Amino acid sequence: MTEAKKVPVKKIPPKKAKEKEASLTEVFTKGIWKENGIFVMVLGMCPALAVTSTFEGAFGMGILVMIILTLTNTTVSSIRKFVPNTVRIPSYVIIIATEVTVLKMVVDAFAPALATELGVFIALITVNCVVFGRAESFASKNKVIPSMLDGLGVALGFAISLSMIGFVRELFGTGTIELGQVLPLGFEYTLFGGLGLESYAYSVLVQPPGAFLVIGFLLAIITAFRQTKKGAKK
Amino acid sequence: MELLAILISSMLINNIVLMQFLGLCSFFGVSTKMKSVVGMGLAVIVVIFLAALITYPIYYEVLIPLNIKYIDTIAFILVIASLVQLTELVIKRVSKSLYKALGVYLPLIATNCAVLGVALKNVAVPQTYPEALMYALGSGLGYAFIIITFTAIRLRLDSANVPKALKGMPIALVTAGLMALAFMGLSGII
Repeated sequence: MTEAKKVPVKKIPPKKAKEKEASLTEVFTKGIWKENGIFVMVLGMCPALAVTSTFEGAFGMGILVMIILTLTNTTVSSIRKFVPNTVRIPSYVIIIATEVTVLKMVVDAFAPALATELGVFIALITVNCVVFGRAESFASKNKVIPSMLDGLGVALGFAISLSMIGFVRELFGTGTIELGQVLPLGFEYTLFGGLGLESYAYSVLVQPPGAFLVIGFLLAIITAFRQTKKGAKK
Repeated sequence: MELLAILISSMLINNIVLMQFLGLCSFFGVSTKMKSVVGMGLAVIVVIFLAALITYPIYYEVLIPLNIKYIDTIAFILVIASLVQLTELVIKRVSKSLYKALGVYLPLIATNCAVLGVALKNVAVPQTYPEALMYALGSGLGYAFIIITFTAIRLRLDSANVPKALKGMPIALVTAGLMALAFMGLSGII
């Protein structure tokens, strides 16, 4: 959250004028790659590290954040004219906490395995930097439809990053990708099951230190990719 | 003895930052200047402890009797936010120098997920009040300990010759990963 308050506020003002003209598609797509929550802004690290030991857990978390971020951005944007500036942060916190509580009850009811897997981190979406950052830096200044799309786009970028980290960690950590264990898919399937990769797996990657290492190296690869792209443009 | 075991386990073995991934935003965000990190660490110790002191009775004496324990997240975040404001006022009155040292970091703690995380975890497993308080104290101490050591390493990394793509955040993450590996070795103590 430290970052969420500082970074977007610092970044948005010069851009704001441009964003007004930006088309809705741009509002939607910029969150996926250009302003990707995890790999560019490095926000919302807690869930990115904690729930990515399996691909499914990471994917499930991504879906939940997508629902919440779209909802909160829409709500915050629709009440932005009635809320006095001085109490806006507490009111955002209450809005987000309420919506997260409702979502938690839904998950408990329909996907109990996912609720056990994610544990306290569902409730902690409340203080997720990405959710709060978007409410403060975008939804509080923009109309409802762009805010909704912005929330959906940023959350989609977040979900893709989480799934990527989860995929790498589970594949290299256990040698297979299990499907249908945590999410209520209705079937069970083990990806890469017959390849015998298990004997080459590094189990440390599914343990806590692996989270830091995998995200660190993924971040480095993406940074390198961006740097070469920038170099090519010049 | 039991309480001591809880303290050590929550501070070192199940470290809140490296093993449970709570409070990472502030962990990577402020860990660039030693002075501010010490202030942040102290503030987090105080707030996590006070939050546990208040949220535990609220959960068992108010939310459970009224049968509304599902609103724990909302109740706790309100408690934490007001607690942070209150701590700020008290510190401002009592010690000007401490207030100056902590000043900027106090309001930020309200949204530090370590505080809410510890408060929620404390009521998620059945344990007594002293145990919950010990767990909170250990978590706060663990947070401060890790963020201070991590900053010390990070300051030295600034002058190191790091590959271009790894500069900044990636190398910080890898460093944290290596620290977590080292801390995994402590898991046999208790």
